[in-house]
Amino acid sequence: MKLITAIVKPFRVGDVRDALRDIGVLGLTVSDAQGYGRQRGHTEVYRGAEYQIDFVPKIRMEVLTDDDDAAHVIEAIVTAARTGKIGDGKVWVHNVEEVVRVRTGERGAGAI
Amino acid sequence: MHLLTEVAQVNSGDTAWIIVCTALVLLMTPGLAFFYAGMVRSKHALAMIMQSFVTIAIVSVTWVLVGYSLAFDHDVGGGLVGGLHLAGLAHAEVAVPGMHLTVPPLAFVAFQMMFAILTAALLSGASADRMRFGAFVTFIAIWSVVVYAPLAHWTWSPQGWLHQAGLLDFAGGTVVEICSGASALALVLVIGPRRGWPREMMAPHNLPLTLLGAGLLWFGWIGFNAGSALSAGYLAASAALATHLSGVGGMIGWLVCEKRLTGKATTLGAASGAVAGLVAITPAAGFLSPLPALLLGATAGVVSLFAVRLKFRFKYDDSLDVVAVHYVGGVIGTLFVGLFAAAAVNPSVRHQGLLLGGGPTQLARQGVGVLAATTFAFTATYAIAWVLRATIGLRVEPDEETEGLDSSQHAETAYEFTATSGLGRIS
Repeated sequence: MKLITAIVKPFRVGDVRDALRDIGVLGLTVSDAQGYGRQRGHTEVYRGAEYQIDFVPKIRMEVLTDDDDAAHVIEAIVTAARTGKIGDGKVWVHNVEEVVRVRTGERGAGAI
Repeated sequence: MHLLTEVAQVNSGDTAWIIVCTALVLLMTPGLAFFYAGMVRSKHALAMIMQSFVTIAIVSVTWVLVGYSLAFDHDVGGGLVGGLHLAGLAHAEVAVPGMHLTVPPLAFVAFQMMFAILTAALLSGASADRMRFGAFVTFIAIWSVVVYAPLAHWTWSPQGWLHQAGLLDFAGGTVVEICSGASALALVLVIGPRRGWPREMMAPHNLPLTLLGAGLLWFGWIGFNAGSALSAGYLAASAALATHLSGVGGMIGWLVCEKRLTGKATTLGAASGAVAGLVAITPAAGFLSPLPALLLGATAGVVSLFAVRLKFRFKYDDSLDVVAVHYVGGVIGTLFVGLFAAAAVNPSVRHQGLLLGGGPTQLARQGVGVLAATTFAFTATYAIAWVLRATIGLRVEPDEETEGLDSSQHAETAYEFTATSGLGRIS
């Protein structure tokens, strides 16, 4: 089993969700995140004083999959999140030892 | 405060208007609370609001006990301060010494009380985010008696020396704006900068609150200035219109200038510019025709925008720019009276403004008022703050400042941002 984590631009989240639904992904977790990569930050101005904001708002999306589905899921996320401009984000994959469905106690791939 | 009427008889229209204006000016202080609170970081938001609210309570009491008497009782000598015959508002219902009002004297007492409250509350923006609550309360109580009341006497009591010297200050260019601005500078020089200033970002946390507050201030300012006619007639109408137009001019001036400088017109700029224009018209509302009022507002909006930079240049942490907006706007407005005062607007104008062919007499008198109010307010406030710093202390502890004044001073938080922040049990 794999845990796929994606950091994407907030305004692409809806497209990524739709793309995942279209390939049959049944659940995902999203959270607000902040950070920077090569995009660095941006500038805000208050009463003429300019502030350099280092951290840019992003969304973190997490999806659990079978080993076989991982490549499809990654492809769907990358395609839907891409704008071609700097700051589009990253996707990375972890191996997952165990998954348990809280309601039923099911374990392993059946719990995904 | 220029009284045209000689009839010491109560007029019901005037009385109704002044009581309404009393309520309008009262609303400015909660408005200021939100104007300021939106500009601080979220961990200080409640403390910022609280300083304005508690000022309503503190200064109402000091005003009743001694402030009103020191400001408006018969002069005790030299036009410097009133006596204590009216202390505790004893005899205050009979008459306002030297004035011939068409409203009950207690209406005047209440109306003027709201000015004393707002002026004191303005200072909280300069020392924001680092002053102990107890120290603030103590400071404001002393300041309202030692600084505000005498300056109100100088300018607005018919026996005050600036009044006698011919200063025209319709609703408080010297008494409210220069006074709060010069005092703010003295206070921040004594208390020192916020931890991390100017290196760390201290951006506003909730600009919608700031714009809401600016709207309430604008609304109340009509009562502040038009009420200062102390009657409901031509002069009040003229002052109301001039006030609004100057606020408009300030917003336009700030936004146009800001757009050219940084490429964006900001909401904080709109609010700040409007307030700068309203500040500037305060001494001038009952003396200027509509177009000079618009010009005054635009001038104040542009100059205040540039004046914000002074604190970075000279390294004083005036957190919310009380100096740049109130001091600078107050000076511009007070001097504008010397340029544009019109007898057609206010028959009590003896020397018309320089640009209306009246010569430099009135401008010189306005200059004297600016210098006198600046010197007195700065010096006296510096002394009060210095003594308090040496005795009870002014600042919170460094860790309390980092933690935020909301929790360290008031044991509260303004916002519950996450589900986990609401977890807790009654202890």
